[in-house]
This record gives sequence, structure tokens and C-alpha cells, in this order.
Amino acid sequence: MKEPVFIDSRPVVQPDLQRLLHAVALGDQEAFAALYDAVAGSVLGVVRAVLRDRAQSEEVAQEVLVEVWRTAPRYRSELGTAVNWILTLAHRRAVDRVRSVEAAAARDTRAALLEHRTAYDEVSEEVESRLEREQVRRCLRTLTELQRQSVTLAYYRGLTYREVAEALALPLGTVKTRLRDGLVRLRDCLGVTA
Amino acid sequence: MTTTDPHALTGAYALHALDGREAAAFERHLAGCDACGQEVAEFTATTARLALASTVRTPPAMRDQVLRRVTTVRQTPPGAAPPQRVRRGVRRGGGPVRWALAASVAAAVAFGATAVWQYERAEDARLRAAQTQRQAEALAEVLAAPDARSRSARMAGGAGTLVVSPGRDRAVFVATGMSPPPRGKVYQLWFADGEEMRSAGLMAPGRGSQTVLMRGPVGGASDVGITVEPAGGSKQPTSEPVALLDMPA
Ligand SMILES: [Zn+2]
Repeated sequence: MKEPVFIDSRPVVQPDLQRLLHAVALGDQEAFAALYDAVAGSVLGVVRAVLRDRAQSEEVAQEVLVEVWRTAPRYRSELGTAVNWILTLAHRRAVDRVRSVEAAAARDTRAALLEHRTAYDEVSEEVESRLEREQVRRCLRTLTELQRQSVTLAYYRGLTYREVAEALALPLGTVKTRLRDGLVRLRDCLGVTA
Repeated sequence: MTTTDPHALTGAYALHALDGREAAAFERHLAGCDACGQEVAEFTATTARLALASTVRTPPAMRDQVLRRVTTVRQTPPGAAPPQRVRRGVRRGGGPVRWALAASVAAAVAFGATAVWQYERAEDARLRAAQTQRQAEALAEVLAAPDARSRSARMAGGAGTLVVSPGRDRAVFVATGMSPPPRGKVYQLWFADGEEMRSAGLMAPGRGSQTVLMRGPVGGASDVGITVEPAGGSKQPTSEPVALLDMPA
């Protein structure tokens, strides 16, 4: 199959999410249902990418979506676009969960930490998310090995940068720089503006 | 790590890779550093793309559960914001203001034009400050419109009144004493336009009496239907209507 051609590198996101979120902030349940349909797959996706456990991921994703409903009146456009606000919250909650679980349980071995696998088994067949996935994969490949590992461990595994440093046996300062440089490269490759 | 350059933490912060104390310290820096603010915004938009790329199919049961849960979850008020923000944030879709309003409008329908005028005065006094009451105003306009016509029918253990203003091309539905829909369900209003059913919005769950400004123009609709739908509503009716009302002539 040929590499998809990106005419516009921005993701295909319904342009009216902003408006929907404002309606949700006014207590509009129908708008919330529409917002759910637009973002729930990505919310569950990012939570599952971090937690991997199916049942726990669903539970956390539900919490996130209810929190979106609950806190929608607090949303302001200065906090970023609606979809960014929601997906940042989803990642935040997934990371909170993985840290609370891992605090109680034994830590994975370093080898397991380095083995990154996203939940690609039940990925959406939606064309836009398939294109998005291809593009993100392609851009992740533009990172140096250390940048990619650092970003991946932090984002998909919910490690703090101290834990990333431990896992990769690198100095703290190096990891901070790798995370930042890695995101700069990803940002530029994806053509993100904010 | 107090001696390190705080600007270097933008990446770790956007990835949620700082612990609580470090994140709080960085946020204090962020509040006064435009460069970091811009970079964090860009990085957050970047990580959102990682999330979008992880999109999966969601189980249908999850949708039902979430939509049912939000019917019982109270929303956070816009909160400790400056006065103009509080004013802007007043909700017109939920909360006590709307219900007080609904009650007074229902009374207006029952008692006629004088009550409408009183309602408008009441609105002046109580709600002018809450300027996002455009919906309430549109609702009052429909009820007070010189060309408003109404039609009532018994339904669901109570009564429903449809008020239509052809001039404004809007309609209002007033429910009185209707039995609440089953738990996790809502009444949804529809404009029937030939074969096409257009959603005209949801009634608030758990209230037998309320006044709803129907969403969207009346257009060529010949009837208004009310169905029982899962929380959050449906794109198309999924059940037989509990009531159908002809457009008042
Ligand atoms: Zn700075």
C-alpha cells in the first residue's frame, strides 16, 4: 500500500467540538452525547495505551468522560482546543491511575519497561484515525532512539522523568532534554501549531 | 533540583512526567513565563495527536453507562472567576435558574398574557444579569408572539401543550404533570417533516412539568412527536412516540 498523502497535516477533528463543549457547559445532554461520540474512542484509546488493562481502562475512560461533563463549565479556550483539553485530561487520569497502582505493586522490570506495545489490536477502522496513526508512527521514527524511548516511556507508560532516567540509566538532565527535544521534533513533523 | 533551569521542564510537564511537587513548582514558573506557556501549549497539542492516534472502538455499553451517569452528576459552577466570567458562565441549559424560569413560564401559559408580562418583569429582575438567557428570551418571545397558537393533548399521565409562532418559526413545548421517563431514559422532542424526523431537543429527565424551547426552526413540520430515548438522546427515534401533536392551525 502507498504511503498516504497528507494535504493538510492537521488531524480530522470535527470543527464543532468547541461549540459542543460550550453547549455541554450549559447542561445540554444532547450536546454531551455528540461530544461523547466524537471523543470517546480517543479517550479510551489513550487511557488503554497507558494502562493496557481493558477493564481498568474502561473504568478510567468513563471517569474522564464524566469529569468532562462535570467540569465543562470551567473550560476556557485559553486552556487549548476542546479536544486537546479532553485528551490531556484523559492522559493525566491514566497516568494518575498507573502511578497509584504501581505504587502498591512491584515495579516492572527494566526489560518490560522498554518493551512498548500500544493496544493496536482493536484500533479504530475510521479512516481519519488510521491516517493519524500512520503519521504519528512516521514522525516517531524521526526521533533519535533516546528521544523516542524517553517520550514513549513517559507518555505511553506514565513514567516520571526520574523513572525514565532510571530505566534508561541516563542522567536526569539528559532525560529532560531528550523529552523536550523529542517533543520539538514530533511537533514539527506533525505540523502542530498552538 | 532547585538550581536547574526551569525552562527545560516544558517537555516533562506536557508529558505528565513530573511528580506532584515538581509540577506545582513548574506551574508557578509557567504563570510568569510566556515562552514556556507557548511551548507547553504546542507540546500539549502534540501529545493530543499521540492520543488521537491511539483511538479505539468503544463498547456500546460504555456509552449507555456514561450518558446515564451524567444525568445524575451535577456540573461544577464556573467557579472562582472574575465577575464578568461568572456572568458569562451562567448556564442556560441547567440548574435552578432554568427550572424556576420553567415554572414561571408554565404559569404564564396557564394564566395568559398578563402572566407573560409578569414573567418578563420577573425575568428583568432576576435574570437580566444572567445575560446568557437568550434561550429563555426566545422562549418568552414565542409564548408572547402575536401569532402564537397552541394545541394541547393528554399524554404520559399528564398533558402537553405545543405553542408555535409561525412568524418566529419557533415552537415551545410545555409539559404538565407528565410521568417521568424510566430511569436512564429521556423524553426527546421531534419535528416530523414528511418522512423526516428532526430532533428538537431533550426534556430534562425526572421532571414531569417543564417548558422547553424546541431546538431549531419549525420549518415545514406537520407534527411534533415525543419519544422515550436513552439518556443523551438519539439521532433518530428508536421507539414509538408517546404522543404526536399536529401543528396548531
Ligand atoms: Zn520558562
